[in-house]
Amino acid sequence: MNVIIHIVILAKKPNYPGHVPLSPLQRIFLVAGSAIMGLKAPWRGDMISILGDSSGQPFFLRRLLKQMLSDETGRQILMEKPRITSASLNLPFLRTLPLNTLGRIYVDWIDREHVSPDTRSPTRYVDDPEEAYVMQRYRECHDFYHALCHMPTNIEGELAIKWLEFVNMGLPVGALSALFGPFRLNCNQAALFRKIYIPWAVRNGLVAKTLINVYWEKELTRDINEVRQKIRIEAAPPLH
Amino acid sequence: MSVRRSFNCGRLARQLGLLRPGFCGNTVSLARYNSSDSKKADESYTHFGFKHVPEDEKEYMVKNVFSSVAKKYDQMNDAMSLGIHRLWKNQFVSALNPGNSTTPMKILDVAGGTGDIAFRLLDHATQRNGDYSSKVIVADINPDMLAVGKRRAKKTPYLESGRVDFIEQNAEVLDKIPDHSIDIFTIAFGIRNCTHIDKVLEQAYRVLKPGGVFSCLEFSKVYPPLLAEVYRQYSFKFLPLLGTVIAGDSESYQYLVESIERFPDADTFASMIERAGFTLAGDRGYECLTFGVAAIHTGVKL
Repeated sequence: MNVIIHIVILAKKPNYPGHVPLSPLQRIFLVAGSAIMGLKAPWRGDMISILGDSSGQPFFLRRLLKQMLSDETGRQILMEKPRITSASLNLPFLRTLPLNTLGRIYVDWIDREHVSPDTRSPTRYVDDPEEAYVMQRYRECHDFYHALCHMPTNIEGELAIKWLEFVNMGLPVGALSALFGPFRLNCNQAALFRKIYIPWAVRNGLVAKTLINVYWEKELTRDINEVRQKIRIEAAPPLH
Repeated sequence: MSVRRSFNCGRLARQLGLLRPGFCGNTVSLARYNSSDSKKADESYTHFGFKHVPEDEKEYMVKNVFSSVAKKYDQMNDAMSLGIHRLWKNQFVSALNPGNSTTPMKILDVAGGTGDIAFRLLDHATQRNGDYSSKVIVADINPDMLAVGKRRAKKTPYLESGRVDFIEQNAEVLDKIPDHSIDIFTIAFGIRNCTHIDKVLEQAYRVLKPGGVFSCLEFSKVYPPLLAEVYRQYSFKFLPLLGTVIAGDSESYQYLVESIERFPDADTFASMIERAGFTLAGDRGYECLTFGVAAIHTGVKL
């Protein structure tokens, strides 16, 4: 009985600042709880990040880390470990860039949707520090996918990007959001989503370069069509 | 239809200035702790959950915890205790049997912010004892909790009829309550958050009329040791995660479970009540609920 309690409930020591070690039972609870709460209250961005954190282990984040290690840019990102914040991107500078550049399109999108790169919560529930960085980077790059593919932050836009992320990078949080998220769409939205956006996301997810290996900070001054071509991704068809 | 993105309750709470000292690296409060200037030679320390903090900081830190939890307080109570807290509170109020008197009672419910006990007291007095004049004063140190209480009071007939009042008070001071003016003093799940429990008991003794009753509902020690360990694991391993999922806040719930662990056992607390001058009710002065998860302590001012 004692052995069972130890295996199932006792947790380990923290591996990096902010790390919250979880036992298997706690992890299952958090995945289920954050998935249900994320579905019930989609404005709770913290639920999706926690879902991502807790469901990435043990297999999926390691696989993504390996994909990063086998790519030259991926290795560079892992070595330098850049973080995406409004300071590191220098948003005022981005606003001065020509209209066709990725940086300018990104900052215009941020301003229009009233979001900020600073609201991403730090990774807490991933045990390995390298994998924790991969998870952090995965979350922080999300806005770039929106800007690159010209997707707004309403539910359809978010779900389309989640499908894209899942097909391209294979993390469970993408799958869970992609599979269950559409239940929140009404009939018309769901039909449109199925007809246009899922095929778009699957097609592009399969063909595109592994998105986590893109060093976004270095592509900011480039023309957006050039970036799209390099990554092998198309802008999404307009939602309306 | 647009979706508010990246809404992180914890981060929002920090941005709105609901500081969570010591937990999330709020720079102002960390500076207060780390600066050697703030450490006076004779400054005494107390516990805040499992942390050691200067005494005069504890009140402020507890205030922040409750500002953080106020909005989801009732849902979290239901989730954490699987609804059992309602049974405890019903038992607490029926044992007191308010309104069972020829003269209208004046009841003081301390740390009663959201009104759970106050409304039950008034319901019991009105429905069981046909008493339409007894009043309850809800005193709480935290204005956010009082705001939730006032909002809930609007759905009852008591706010309009003036039978319930909400005032901002520190349980250790109670400056707005005159001596010997209260018939029943209640404090439910509040006393363990106070810095000086003995001062709260002193104030309770002061404001009660002779013959007045002091009653406290609070978490206690679970007694069969195996069950105690299961309870402890449940508290420490799951409740903070439940706080994360339901309220977007694990640190406040971490504090709450630590403060439960810290609170003295039923016998020790009963002797503290006796030391304040009260005569304990019954054999031991307390009644355990749900294997000791909670206990009701009662004393009379003779």
